[in-house]
Amino acid sequence: GLFVWHLRNSGGRQIPCRFVHLYHVANDRLITFQYFNFLKRMYVTQCNKDLSQRAKPKSDSIVSPFHELQQLDQEKKVVHKISPVPPVHQLWSETSGRNELREMKSAAETEDSVMPVGAESKEDRQWKEMKLRLDDLPGILARLSKIKLTALVISTASAGFAMAPVPFELTCFLLASLGTGLASCAANSINQFFEVPFDSNMNRTKNRPLVRGQISPLLAVCFAASCGIPGIALLTLGVNPLTGALGAFNIFLYTCCYTPLKRMSIANTWVGAVVGAIPPVMGWTAATGSLDAGALLLGGILYSWQFPHFNALSWGLREDYSRGGYCMMSVTHPGLCRRVALRHCLALIGLSTVAPVLDITTWTFPIISLPINLYISYLGFRFYRDADRSSSRKLFFCSLWHLPMLLLVMFTCKKSVLEKEDKGDLPGGGHETAMEIRLP
Amino acid sequence: PPAHSRSDWIGPPDKHSNLRPVIFYVPPEESALERRLREARQEAQASNQRFWARHNRAFRQEKEEFIYSRLKAKGLEMRDESGRKATLNAEEMADFYKDFLSKNFKKHLQYNRDWYKRNFRITFLMGQVALVRALRWLRRRKKNVEQ
Repeated sequence: GLFVWHLRNSGGRQIPCRFVHLYHVANDRLITFQYFNFLKRMYVTQCNKDLSQRAKPKSDSIVSPFHELQQLDQEKKVVHKISPVPPVHQLWSETSGRNELREMKSAAETEDSVMPVGAESKEDRQWKEMKLRLDDLPGILARLSKIKLTALVISTASAGFAMAPVPFELTCFLLASLGTGLASCAANSINQFFEVPFDSNMNRTKNRPLVRGQISPLLAVCFAASCGIPGIALLTLGVNPLTGALGAFNIFLYTCCYTPLKRMSIANTWVGAVVGAIPPVMGWTAATGSLDAGALLLGGILYSWQFPHFNALSWGLREDYSRGGYCMMSVTHPGLCRRVALRHCLALIGLSTVAPVLDITTWTFPIISLPINLYISYLGFRFYRDADRSSSRKLFFCSLWHLPMLLLVMFTCKKSVLEKEDKGDLPGGGHETAMEIRLP
Repeated sequence: PPAHSRSDWIGPPDKHSNLRPVIFYVPPEESALERRLREARQEAQASNQRFWARHNRAFRQEKEEFIYSRLKAKGLEMRDESGRKATLNAEEMADFYKDFLSKNFKKHLQYNRDWYKRNFRITFLMGQVALVRALRWLRRRKKNVEQ
């Protein structure tokens, strides 16, 4: 495609990122080609990650329990690290391999949870000293903060930042990403702190650090505080107060609303969808400093995406939810569960069409994204009609690659700042030097 | 856990409750505060164990009864010709899951309240103990430096 980037003198433009304002550079230029490549690489790796690991953006909310599914590699590595008897390690990896093959045929969700179980079953049967070892700490904290999920939250925030119709500021971008990441770590840790006995009883989550006693609740809370407070401070002081407020609100929404609500009412799914929708909005406000329609659209896309993703996944976990006491649509209102999933697949098509109307993307976006949106809607319809395990799995796996691809397409169809200037939409600075760089 | 160990030990998940039991180390010079913390943790552990063991047992039992009654309604036996246990598919089990969840809803609400209260209390006590220990350590270091 053709990408036209606009380089200009900032003139008297307000820079919404306060930190950067202090270190104002005379010529602010878009980092053009490199930035795009970086972003493309990020999305490509995200795609790969998604396909193999079933990770997903900040619905650490909704999908938090399921996130453990993809912890395979990381968990296995950590397991081998803390195994006290190295020679036996061979045996364990063998048994885990055999277990793998045996369980490979069974359902997807259990498939992934068995691998860590197979590798750790011997470990599990041992008594362990509850003493914190410093070299275990990074791995433990990574799992406590659900680091992979956090990484995806950061990428959705970056997508929000990238889609904002302003010149790209690298420092602002980095600060916003770091702040969002820290906030996400804090929220995830508090969530695990609250849910210890429930996590122990569900297959997917029973290998979490607090459940296994690898870390004390006090340390978990301290870690959360030491991530959350600097994270929000960074966002408020280094980016802008709006982003900081959104970050703090999101932490509150996730830990104090979504987590307790999971056990009280099915409304938790909607709250969780909002939690997932806020990071891209944060990215946008970090870049522009204000809540525009574009921010809300991006948030809306992520909000709608949560439903097919989560509802499809929760379909296969009904037994665990029922026993664990979680109020989820898939258990209590199965018809509603499928209807809502389908409804929001279709909403994605609608939202993609609104994007060019709001001047965020060109009209090529709804056209190019139509195939993938139609496909996920088709799978959503199949799920709605068939209501069985295979259709739910298909929908879930589709949602994993659908989102990164949609965001990538959106970014490539982003309406260039130059075009907007031509139309006189943007406030012009005093002197403008317009240069176009056409990328091959 | 070995007798000489000076820390708590955590074991494999319990068969009924899926919770991991902890054996608490009682230091000889345990302070009143530390004792309160240990007792709170022991009490929480016992209470959790009781709740989940009973709850999971009830789940398993009711699940068996449900499968049995459904199979009977369909005219099948619990075990088919080859001796394997007959199961219902996910859609039929869905009725049971929904029913079980709504039946135990109040019980869960009560348990949640208790668990959150206990969790906060234990963590707060841990914080107090850690603070006292840190102050004690600092005081000891100051004394060593002075000497």
